[in-house]
Amino acid sequence: MSANPSTTASARDDQVGMEFLESLPRKVVTVYLPLGIFLFVLLFPFYWMAITSFKPNEELLSREGNPFWVIKPTLAHFHKLLFETSYPEWLWNTVVVSVVATFASLVASVMAAYAIERLRFSGAKQVGLSIFLAYLVPPSILFIPLAAIVFNLGLYDSRWALILTYPTFLIPFSTWLLMGYFRTIPYELEECALIDGATRWQILTKIVLPLAVPGLISAGIFAFTLSWNEFIYALTFVSSSESKTVPVGVVTELVEGDVYHWGSLMAGALLGSLPVAFVYSFFVEYYVSGLTGSVKE
Amino acid sequence: MLEKLQNNRNALGLLFMLPAAVLLLLFLTYPLGLGTWLGFTDAKVGRGGQWIGLENYEFLWGDSVTRLALFNTLFYTVIASILKFFLGLYLAVLLNRNIRLKSFFRAVILLPYIVPTALSAIAFWWIYDSQFSVISWVLQRLGLIDRYIDFLGEPWNARFSVIAANVWRGVPFVAITLLAGLQTISPSYYEASAIDGATPWQQFRHVTLPLLTPIIAVVMTFSVLFTFTDFQLIYVITRGGPLNATHLMATLSFQRAIPGGALGEGAAISIAMVPFLLAAILFSYFGLQRRAWQQGGSDK
Repeated sequence: MSANPSTTASARDDQVGMEFLESLPRKVVTVYLPLGIFLFVLLFPFYWMAITSFKPNEELLSREGNPFWVIKPTLAHFHKLLFETSYPEWLWNTVVVSVVATFASLVASVMAAYAIERLRFSGAKQVGLSIFLAYLVPPSILFIPLAAIVFNLGLYDSRWALILTYPTFLIPFSTWLLMGYFRTIPYELEECALIDGATRWQILTKIVLPLAVPGLISAGIFAFTLSWNEFIYALTFVSSSESKTVPVGVVTELVEGDVYHWGSLMAGALLGSLPVAFVYSFFVEYYVSGLTGSVKE
Repeated sequence: MLEKLQNNRNALGLLFMLPAAVLLLLFLTYPLGLGTWLGFTDAKVGRGGQWIGLENYEFLWGDSVTRLALFNTLFYTVIASILKFFLGLYLAVLLNRNIRLKSFFRAVILLPYIVPTALSAIAFWWIYDSQFSVISWVLQRLGLIDRYIDFLGEPWNARFSVIAANVWRGVPFVAITLLAGLQTISPSYYEASAIDGATPWQQFRHVTLPLLTPIIAVVMTFSVLFTFTDFQLIYVITRGGPLNATHLMATLSFQRAIPGGALGEGAAISIAMVPFLLAAILFSYFGLQRRAWQQGGSDK
């Protein structure tokens, strides 16, 4: 379990190995060319999304000319999206739901992970295992009974329906990640603090948490992207336009009849992807360590 | 009293577990049980159900659409997982070479996995458009096709189109996690085998693969799990069409339960996925065991 980005960095330095034996032209063909093809295929849909959102309708619906470029770029699709639809509200809903659900899940996960890893109450091992099993329960087998529960609790069609149900996939993941992280913090530090008369709560907040900041960022960033991307719960538990999230709003409200407004659909997809890509770009290393940590353990 | 509580690890443990436990029991364990129960009832939206035993399952077993959805799900999972595995492993091996701008490549390659799937699925929907598809445009300019391809209108075209979108989204996950596994393999193994005269393929086959097997098992279990229960891609790109040719178990259960109102029947379809998921989880469990054993660790 290495949730620490610096260890992967040092491992990378060792990888140079015998690569000096290989000539540059050969490497271009065997490494850079396939890599370039992968990169092109993986990124093309984003380019296509972006170029489409700036194209005026007559360019979109013509088979003549080069579709890979835009001759007369326009902001009309963005204007329509921001001023003629509820898109700003969806964006705000997604932000609120993602931030609150992430924060609540992190608090619950820190406490649970600390209890399982360090308090070692009786049955801690079994609880740890059941957390892992909970991580494997996919939302697509839970949404029908959850819809009934959400309805009975009177939460249907509100942000609370999403804020309270998102932790079902965020907590198992974050707890599992943080358990691995807490394991790397030496026991001796806690023992010293205990001898000095610190309570468990003080140990958690003043010793363990400051040392676990990278783990917290990993779990937080991962939880944020997961809740930003969530679709099936948001589709099922919310029906009125003003409480939808971006993915659901774009899919259900911007598609009207048989004529697809590709420009505004792509603009909506682009705007909905940018915030999460922006956040990700600042924390790539933490995200990767969260991703790999979640399967490595 | 408070003093005593602070020193009792069981009481304290319970207290610390409380927020997570309440949320998970109420919104995960209870729905799992409720879903199982709903599968045995004829519940509709707005009306509690009566116990009807196995009637839902008997009906679904004879229902041609459900059978088709099961076939589609298995086909989708098997083909997409195989493609994701080979492409992901290849990409991971490429990224593990000593290349320039490695961290840049790694960051950019994960983008399809980061971006909301529902939104990138819309981009695929547009790429697959029957009249303005950019793929058809390029193929026509190259003189390979006469007419635009109807990607989403023909059953088999549609199946392979959604599989391609799923692979596009899943390859980064497989590649980056396998890359993390590759980075833990010590270069000295490669040096030693090179001195013994091993070719690059032999090195890959007899050094890389055996050491990577445990993490492959875990990564592919996750991949299979999420592919099998996939919902967003299908819902956005085809809604199960044409003629139910791309309906998966998850999209079918949604269609029957939420717009269709038959909660009991929908729940029965989702519960029918559980045996397949359990098989995948057991596989993962033995993968983990083997990993611990290979690293010389004792039982946890």
